[in-house]
Amino acid sequence: MSDQAVAVNRGGPTDKTLRIDSWWVEPVVTVGMLSTFLIYTTWAALVNEHYYVAPYLSPFYSPCLSTSCAHVTLGLFDWPLSPAILILWAPAGFRLTCYYYRKAYYRSFWMSPPACAVRDGHAQYSGETRFPLLMQNLHRYFFYAATLVVLFLWWDALLAFRFPTADGGSEFGMGLGTLVLIANAAFLSLYSFSCHSCRHLCGGGLDVLSQSPLRLKLWRQVSRLNENHMLFAWISLVGVMLTDVYVRFISMGYISDVRFF
Amino acid sequence: MASEFTMRVWRGDISGGEFKDYRVEAQEGMVVLDVIHTIQATQAPDLAVRWNCKAGKCGSCSAEINGKPRLMCMTRMNLFESGDTITISPIKTFPLLRDLVTDVSFNYEKAKKIPALKLKAKEADGTRRMYQDDVDRVQEFHKCIECFLCQDVCHVIRDHEDNKPDFAGPRSFVRMASLEMHPLDEEDRRELLKVDAGLGYCNITKCCTEVCPEGIHITDNAIIPLKERVVDAYYDPVVWLMNKLTGK
Amino acid sequence: MANDKYETHEYDVIVIGAGGAGLRAAIEASAAGVKTALICKSLLGKAHTVMAEGGIAAALRNVYQEDNWKVHFRDTMRGGKMLNNWRMAQLHAQEAPDRVLELEEWGALFDRTPDGRILQRDFGGHRYARLAHVGDRTGLEMIRTLQQHAVHKGIDVYMECNIQRLLKDGDRVCGAFGYWRESGKFVTFKSKATVMATGGVGKAWKFTSNSWEYTGDGTTLAANVGADLIDMEMIQFHPTGMVWPNSVRGILVTEGVRGDGGTLRNSEGKRFMFNYITDYFRAETAETEEEADAWYEDKTNNRRTPDLLPRDEVARAINAEVKAGRGSPHGGVFLDIASRRSAEYIARRLPSMHHQFKELADVDITKEPMEVGPTCHYIMGGVRVEADTAATTVPGLYAAGEVAAGLHGANRLGGNSLSDLLVFGRRAGQYAAQYAQNLEGHPSPDDDQIEQYAQELLAPFNNDGGENPYSVHMALQDCMQNLVGIIRTESELKKAQTEIASLKERLAKVTVEGHRQYNPGWNLALDLESLLTTAEATTMGALERKESRGGHTREDHPGPDPDKYGKINLVLRRTDGEFSLSEEPLPEMPEDLKELFEESK
Repeated sequence: MSDQAVAVNRGGPTDKTLRIDSWWVEPVVTVGMLSTFLIYTTWAALVNEHYYVAPYLSPFYSPCLSTSCAHVTLGLFDWPLSPAILILWAPAGFRLTCYYYRKAYYRSFWMSPPACAVRDGHAQYSGETRFPLLMQNLHRYFFYAATLVVLFLWWDALLAFRFPTADGGSEFGMGLGTLVLIANAAFLSLYSFSCHSCRHLCGGGLDVLSQSPLRLKLWRQVSRLNENHMLFAWISLVGVMLTDVYVRFISMGYISDVRFF
Repeated sequence: MASEFTMRVWRGDISGGEFKDYRVEAQEGMVVLDVIHTIQATQAPDLAVRWNCKAGKCGSCSAEINGKPRLMCMTRMNLFESGDTITISPIKTFPLLRDLVTDVSFNYEKAKKIPALKLKAKEADGTRRMYQDDVDRVQEFHKCIECFLCQDVCHVIRDHEDNKPDFAGPRSFVRMASLEMHPLDEEDRRELLKVDAGLGYCNITKCCTEVCPEGIHITDNAIIPLKERVVDAYYDPVVWLMNKLTGK
Repeated sequence: MANDKYETHEYDVIVIGAGGAGLRAAIEASAAGVKTALICKSLLGKAHTVMAEGGIAAALRNVYQEDNWKVHFRDTMRGGKMLNNWRMAQLHAQEAPDRVLELEEWGALFDRTPDGRILQRDFGGHRYARLAHVGDRTGLEMIRTLQQHAVHKGIDVYMECNIQRLLKDGDRVCGAFGYWRESGKFVTFKSKATVMATGGVGKAWKFTSNSWEYTGDGTTLAANVGADLIDMEMIQFHPTGMVWPNSVRGILVTEGVRGDGGTLRNSEGKRFMFNYITDYFRAETAETEEEADAWYEDKTNNRRTPDLLPRDEVARAINAEVKAGRGSPHGGVFLDIASRRSAEYIARRLPSMHHQFKELADVDITKEPMEVGPTCHYIMGGVRVEADTAATTVPGLYAAGEVAAGLHGANRLGGNSLSDLLVFGRRAGQYAAQYAQNLEGHPSPDDDQIEQYAQELLAPFNNDGGENPYSVHMALQDCMQNLVGIIRTESELKKAQTEIASLKERLAKVTVEGHRQYNPGWNLALDLESLLTTAEATTMGALERKESRGGHTREDHPGPDPDKYGKINLVLRRTDGEFSLSEEPLPEMPEDLKELFEESK
């Protein structure tokens, strides 16, 4: 913490903060949660095994674009490394440039600022005016890409109703995993469509909404979702990780799926 | 039902100062500003404090209470336990004039640089028509009482004096959002927002929203939508292409 | 030259006060092409106008086609118990709609009707829904719009600059002298014309909706240079201020609560206003709860609810209920909207009331009734002005807004204040600019005089009397609250006179600690001079007016006296610090306007 942050004397107290509440709890928890997710996801994406157990596909590997996949969604070509790498850039980029996550990691990892009315951890600050942070402006492209991925996750959830039979065919059924995949797709959809860029594209960019009743309606809906964007961000983050864990554990034989019918 | 508090109030001016402790009794229902007035009337008649309405409508009595930017008139003493020591300091981002009063002219200078509304032509019948559906969004921004707590808490200028010339601050963005989203306005302020007002400095850490006594969703409803509009103009090749093709 | 000693600025027009009237005056003067300065005691945009809640009265006819300026004029005159200056009331009613539409051009966003025009709401004393509004924060919208317009026009603004004396060249006002709150240093403004827009005097009372700025500065400054004051006894007690907790007692609860369906009840749950309909308003007021409630929806076939009688009537009624032992636990009555409108409606129409009660009193107005009681709100009396030009009786001095008198007569209708500021603020600016343009040469203040003023203002630092300015102020507030309140009697008023005289002596002994920079003790000591002056004037007028009319109720003279006091203004003039009082006939209303009142009887 540099004292040069306040370069000019303005009078008044010079303490780093005068807050006496536990302002540090939030950044610490955020660092803990995000780090856990990052480490787990990186490992899970690179390990390239135990991501499919019929009929469940881990969301980290969907859509699976390599012909060498354990479960091919769209076999475009043969990819020697983990197929997760081919698609994870989209949701990762979406979350990285997300207006909510920006707040979360700028505060907790970068300490700029660690909490409100607590001194910035850096002496110099240029915000998002220069490369690489200027790239945050590309958020809406990641929104498009991540939305495509979410569509595939719904497809996976549908496929999760089709269980293999002993004779090599398939039958309609439902297991706990089916519900897990549906919930995961639902939470990710809520997160995606509550996005600020989505809100802008739906109608926020218009000055006169009253003349476009459909977009007004859409904008209102998205605005309502947007109020809970942070909540959806966390639920879907934990959700997608637990979904992978669930599939992985079944695949590894630690647990077995509950089959309802 | 009186309770006793120790108020640690900053006394001093630009050349220096210190916290001074005052023991005060607070009656039921009192707010911090009442207690400051009690100190003025009984212990320190020259204690400088800026206030007007004492009802949360004028936005004059901004200060930092136990380090949190707040209006003194809207902070009730029953938030604290009897016997507590409560720190009252001036808002930090602006130069101190005396005690709890700061020089907030920065905000007025920034306001001068915002171009006025440019209304489109009137309706054929000579009237102006605007609909509540369009006005709702802008009315939220008009709730601003200019307490400048958002400007105070914003680390871009709070902790980086050198950014002051290049950054207009959350209050200005709220004002510009109200103009940009005005249903009859024809002015385009996106270049101004990007270049002179320094919208890109904001890293949306949302402290402005947290401290707003009017509950304006500064970040979600003003700043981020403005950022998206700037993206439309500068960072979106699809929009750029569409505009080229449609000849806009 | 002595005036080199103090910072000096030269302008064609200076406007003192930056509330609605001051801002509007400065905008108009500046638009006329004269060099204009705006001087205010607080930061720009913090003036008392910001506190106005309900709306701006103007016969826009967006909600009721039947409305027009004549109906508004008639409502204003009747609400003012016919003590109004008819010409001001006429100009006000005629010009208010244009002034409101002008605000919209400058960026104000009022609530809308379904067809996209400005929505209007009901208010006390207005025949039709007439108040252009923005939820319950109309004053904020208005002051911000004017403030931003003034800034865009590049008007010079001097903030936190406290004017203490007007300067004269012969019989003309030629500028003002005051100090910067920030540094305590003195400053002189030389001007050809000066507009007073300094607001009211409410800080002389203990329970008031007014902010610290309302110390009667303009009234006193004007009186001190020989301007006439009229009807200083006419003080409006707003019927609904908060009564609990004590520390927020007096904070305004908008009349919009009743305009939007709220009703007053006593401790027995009774809607007591039905018992207080005076003959004067009987013909136009509902007699049953059913009719009163139906009126909100259908104004053609029902008469107005007595909850929305003019403010003086409602304030007296609440006072009487409390005195009769039917008050609420904290000495007010109940204002109930929770049981009458949906929570969603209340939160949308009255967001700042909702917030204010929640934050300050732990009361959720969508679920529980509010406790309210009268609070000192407005002075109808003040500096006498010429109706068309807003000129005072002293050349070069203009006045607009609350500091000026005449428009509201004995009682102001809600919503007529904001329109007053716009209509007469503009006129004051216009005619002050014209005066400045026609004036040859630049009048110049007397340097010795300035030096004398400077010494007077520094006196509290050199005093060793040991008197605390805060104690003097509190004593004055107690005196005015208890002795010159809603209900007055001769003996109490005389007691108040003695009390005020002794407070003046105490003021002479006030000692201020510390230095001149932003020193609230010193600032208050100086403001006390005007507070005491206006308190004295109000008490004098109240003692003289031996009748009850509008904002002035005499227990010992309970009825109006139409033959004597109904026909006169009480005029106060100050020479050498002493007020003298005279009676002058009201201006005669032309026949065609008189007819408006005869028809309706």
